[in-house]
Amino acid sequence: MLLNASGCLDALAAPDVARSLDAFVTKTVTPLPREGNPPVRIAETELGMLNAIGLANPGRDRFLAETLPRLHELGVPIWVSVGGFSATDYAETCALLDDVTIELNLSCPNVDEAPESAAEIVAACRAATALPLFAKLSAAAPDVAATARAVQLAGADGLSLVNTIRGLALDERTLRPRLDRAIGGLSGPALRPIALAAVFACYRATGLEIVGMGGVSTGRDALELIAAGAAHVALGTVLFSDPDAPARVREELAREARTLGYDDPREAFAAAHQGALVEARSLDPRSRVPA
Amino acid sequence: MPRREALSVVAAEAVGPYTLLRLARGRLEPGRPGQFFMLEAPRRLLPRAMSLCLAPTGELAFLIDPVGPGTRALCALAQGDTIHVLGPLGNGFDLSVRRPLLVGGGIGIAPLVHASHELRDAPAVLGFRSDHHAEAAALLPEATVVVEPTYVTDEMDADRDVLACGPEPMLEAVRRLAPSAQLAWEAPMACGYGACYGCAVAIDGELRRLCLEGPVLRAA
Repeated sequence: MLLNASGCLDALAAPDVARSLDAFVTKTVTPLPREGNPPVRIAETELGMLNAIGLANPGRDRFLAETLPRLHELGVPIWVSVGGFSATDYAETCALLDDVTIELNLSCPNVDEAPESAAEIVAACRAATALPLFAKLSAAAPDVAATARAVQLAGADGLSLVNTIRGLALDERTLRPRLDRAIGGLSGPALRPIALAAVFACYRATGLEIVGMGGVSTGRDALELIAAGAAHVALGTVLFSDPDAPARVREELAREARTLGYDDPREAFAAAHQGALVEARSLDPRSRVPA
Repeated sequence: MPRREALSVVAAEAVGPYTLLRLARGRLEPGRPGQFFMLEAPRRLLPRAMSLCLAPTGELAFLIDPVGPGTRALCALAQGDTIHVLGPLGNGFDLSVRRPLLVGGGIGIAPLVHASHELRDAPAVLGFRSDHHAEAAALLPEATVVVEPTYVTDEMDADRDVLACGPEPMLEAVRRLAPSAQLAWEAPMACGYGACYGCAVAIDGELRRLCLEGPVLRAA
């Protein structure tokens, strides 16, 4: 399944692009409306870009009343990205949702974090809803596979890997930060090896259903994430330069898979792990799987 | 409706310190003056937002100021190169005004050149930081041209229906003199079609995406 990365597409502004995906992931919804950070909020880097948008969104109430009904009319399965600043924030939003998959944004580098751990937030959300819960984690965690196991124990149905990681860009004339908030989240091709490592480690540690993302711009990039253990792939930054990327990547993915002798890309799933020991089923929190 | 297509370069011509990049139009529509296109920047990750400057038959032409790696790469394109182009995007100027006056500064003259071809006889006042930059005024042969330390606001008739494009301080100054002027703003844009949320500017006290609600905003 091909999705967009949260925050990289507005389905109501570009419905044709949304319909070219297998599912649409919303921009993160927070309890209260947020304007986001002051301009300048984006900066291109050599092999990627930085964003410090800051979770700009109309807030939970307006999202539920106005945005979500219009999204359902598009005829694409909807994933709602849920954000907040405490476990209660997350859980309350989850409780109000129906008929969607939930992606918990536990890892945005552009806002202050909730005090509770990722696992505590997932546990609170698990208690609040029976909808599928995907935990979006950052590769910046010291041991993302350990976080993955913890959220699995707490009841997550899947993982979204990876969110952006902190980066800085300086103006070529002034040598001062190009973003108003200085630090932003790095995305694009620079992130790709990091995403592959996270998917590889978390699949091996948990066996969970994974949406892999981070710098995917070609079918080959998607195939590698699938080989690393991703069941689905999301396109983010590439949508900015190429709104036709979903159809192109799908075509390229099928072709790349055939080149390697697979009839279907799904046959390449977890190919990177063949011959390796998959510690997937151990839910003993004391087990320490090396990264 | 915006389309995305690979367009081939017809020519890249020096105009003062700027470059007029002429592309074969393909099946793209030129759109209205004030609308913009996202141009693939060679060897860069993200495209660059450029107002349409001219729409000669079979072509789309953009005036580019080489200020960074993307614009420098665009200015270095040669006949036969191809780049992907998405557009037209955004809103445009409202040309149905009774007494138009085109007011432009520096690279901001670009969309006004297009506007002047649709609004024949509209007077124009253009300002530049140097005589070399003012060579670009050749694109609007009838315009009144000023060079710093004289500014466009020293020359413009604020009682006309102003259509302005240029640096932010110029737009602010124009707005003070002509409260109902149409101002074409710019903002950093990764996508140009509402996906990245990067181009947010304050409109009526709220942060809104300039690519969807602009780039032309009415001051009043």
